[in-house]
Amino acid sequence: MSTIAEQASGTATQAAVAERPWRPPSYWPFVLPALVVVLGVIIFPWLFTIWMSFQEWKVGAPTVFVGLANYLRLPADPRFVESVGHTLSYTALSVLLPLVLGTFAAVVFHTRFPGRGLLRALFIMPMMATPVAIALVWTMMFHPQLGVLNYLLSRVGLPPQLWVFHPATVIPSLVLVETWQWTPLVMLIVLGGIAALPTEPYESAQIDGASPWQMFRYITLPLIMPFLFIAAMIRCIDAVKSFDIIFAITQGGPGSASETINLYLYSVAFVYYDLGYASAIAVVFFVLIIALTALLLVLRRRVQWNALGDEP
Amino acid sequence: MRAITRRNMLAGTAAASALALAGRSAWAEPQWKKYAGTKLEAMLIKGPRGDNVQKYLKEFTALTGIEVESEQIPEQQQRQKVVIELSSGKPSFDVVHLSYHVQKRQFEKAGWLADITDYIKDPNLTAPDLVESDFSAAGLTYARNDKGRMLSLPWSVDYFILYYNKELFAKKGVAVPKTLDEMAEAAQKLTDPKDGTFGFVGRGLRNANMTLWTNFYLNYGGEFLDDKGNILSDGPEAVAATKLYQKLLTTSAPPGVAGFNWMESMASFTQGRSAMWIDGVGWAPPLEDPNASRVVGKVGYTVVPAGPKGQYSATYGDGIGIAAASKNKEAAYLLCQWIVSKTQGARLLQAGGGVPFRSSILNDAEVQSGVKMPKEWLQSAIDSAKISKLGLPVVIPVAEYRDIVGAALTATLSGADPATELKKAHEQYRPILERSEKA
Repeated sequence: MSTIAEQASGTATQAAVAERPWRPPSYWPFVLPALVVVLGVIIFPWLFTIWMSFQEWKVGAPTVFVGLANYLRLPADPRFVESVGHTLSYTALSVLLPLVLGTFAAVVFHTRFPGRGLLRALFIMPMMATPVAIALVWTMMFHPQLGVLNYLLSRVGLPPQLWVFHPATVIPSLVLVETWQWTPLVMLIVLGGIAALPTEPYESAQIDGASPWQMFRYITLPLIMPFLFIAAMIRCIDAVKSFDIIFAITQGGPGSASETINLYLYSVAFVYYDLGYASAIAVVFFVLIIALTALLLVLRRRVQWNALGDEP
Repeated sequence: MRAITRRNMLAGTAAASALALAGRSAWAEPQWKKYAGTKLEAMLIKGPRGDNVQKYLKEFTALTGIEVESEQIPEQQQRQKVVIELSSGKPSFDVVHLSYHVQKRQFEKAGWLADITDYIKDPNLTAPDLVESDFSAAGLTYARNDKGRMLSLPWSVDYFILYYNKELFAKKGVAVPKTLDEMAEAAQKLTDPKDGTFGFVGRGLRNANMTLWTNFYLNYGGEFLDDKGNILSDGPEAVAATKLYQKLLTTSAPPGVAGFNWMESMASFTQGRSAMWIDGVGWAPPLEDPNASRVVGKVGYTVVPAGPKGQYSATYGDGIGIAAASKNKEAAYLLCQWIVSKTQGARLLQAGGGVPFRSSILNDAEVQSGVKMPKEWLQSAIDSAKISKLGLPVVIPVAEYRDIVGAALTATLSGADPATELKKAHEQYRPILERSEKA
């Protein structure tokens, strides 16, 4: 962007020099408000966070420069190390499951059957609800003694589960809520993709005697891959930063079995008031997100290449 | 301090003569009207205490002419907001509701609260019945700093008591336990998974569980800090207390208890699914509410059973203080005083919303007769007052302590070894405590 801006300003000045004295390029007043806002709410907080991460900064106590000490605390902090693992497993599961189920749902809703419109509308309803409200309802449903989920299990002869009340099942249970809420979003994106697909490949495949599974595997799936990647990216970003559902249902518990980086960061900053250390966690978290996004972008480029062949 | 103006003098005299007319000696009452017209902001924690203030605030305005804007915010958020505002040096409030067991040391060290020691001694500001010695020992420990200065007024105390279901006890022919060992035994007898009933329920959730566990720890003879301020809660007393905690919650408690806070525990108890529950004294109203509880009239209330090294009730509490940065400290003090006054304290106690720190309220026969909760409940509060002991170490990083040691306790519920977990947790906590004390 800067190079284009420089070129533009360069030509403008050259043209202007001959006739009248130099004056500042006329586009500045238009760029300035956005620039100020970006500097004020994105760039400055980031630089400030990085600066804070080099300080011992506790609310109510004097601030001392400590260099990299906050970062050196990280690998020795078992809660932080565990929270990275929780974040990764939570993200992986709550991207994969909605993706698989959403694609399946999209294929189902693409076929014509009576009542399709109504069912589609019903299907996307979870997406419209407020996460905290959902979380509170699920908390009640998860209750091992009084919750409806264990009642349903008992009706089909399965033993009661502890759901979010046991360290081993808490993350899958939370992913269940996340999946329930966000499968519809994936379904909508993929459904849009399927609707835009050409019909010719299917016709020729049918003539060649391909089974429905083969048609899905070798025609539909490769063609909707770009859409799946968009859905995956949106889900990734949402899942990594997920806070409301986990906080409202388990607050990171039992113990710290569902404490993600975000939740730990919140505790360190706003419960322990250790702002310097919290800033170091935020910086590391940011680097992690950048790495994840870069990975997805690289993968997406490769998929586009495959899907679209030589076309740019 | 305000300069004495003609208007102030007139207002003061008017108030004094009005009081004299009302049949009291004018010199004994504070000059309530001295700050008429002042506007105060009060930052309260959401709950029965906050409600009790807001409901009757008009009476305070009528008494003093002081206008009060008050705000109630849920506990966790209130604590955060208050700390951030106070550390900014320009809090938006004059009067602040404190959670002593979490904030005492932090607030003292940061110097956020105004010193009110002299106000209490000033007859122009303080009613004659309000004297320091009226507050219970735990309250004074909370309110005074290490130099003996009062930085707040103790408001409401939370003793941990034992709630039990009389019907389930009678059904199994079990006697009310007097010691922790008897309690563990009774819990086993009362547990009947086929029936869906369990002997004991209590907080298993990390952090929240510390408030239950410390009852055991204190009764096993544990102390939190030594003379030099080192944390001690991984010694043999702590291991014994944790073993009891583990035994109760894994063999006699409902499934999933590792994720229970007071709310889930109360749900289990009010549904008649659990026979015993140890928690704060303030839960009698929901237990005795026919719309919310199936055990109305069947609940027994008693003190926490004795341990091998004594009998204590782990105590937590709320106070009301004045921001050091407030410009209306004396007016704010009048509000604080009214909040802990006999009238307001009696209302709080009678509704079951809290137990005042002031013995003159708790032991007043007339106040007692107006209590709407069962007599046993009141008795358990009075008895707990005699054996009360602070339930958490008085240090700045209390939240970290509760989180880290609390997580160790929760881990023992999935089978981890108490001694190993406690040791690990304290290794993690000690540097945090040292860092905070050094600062």
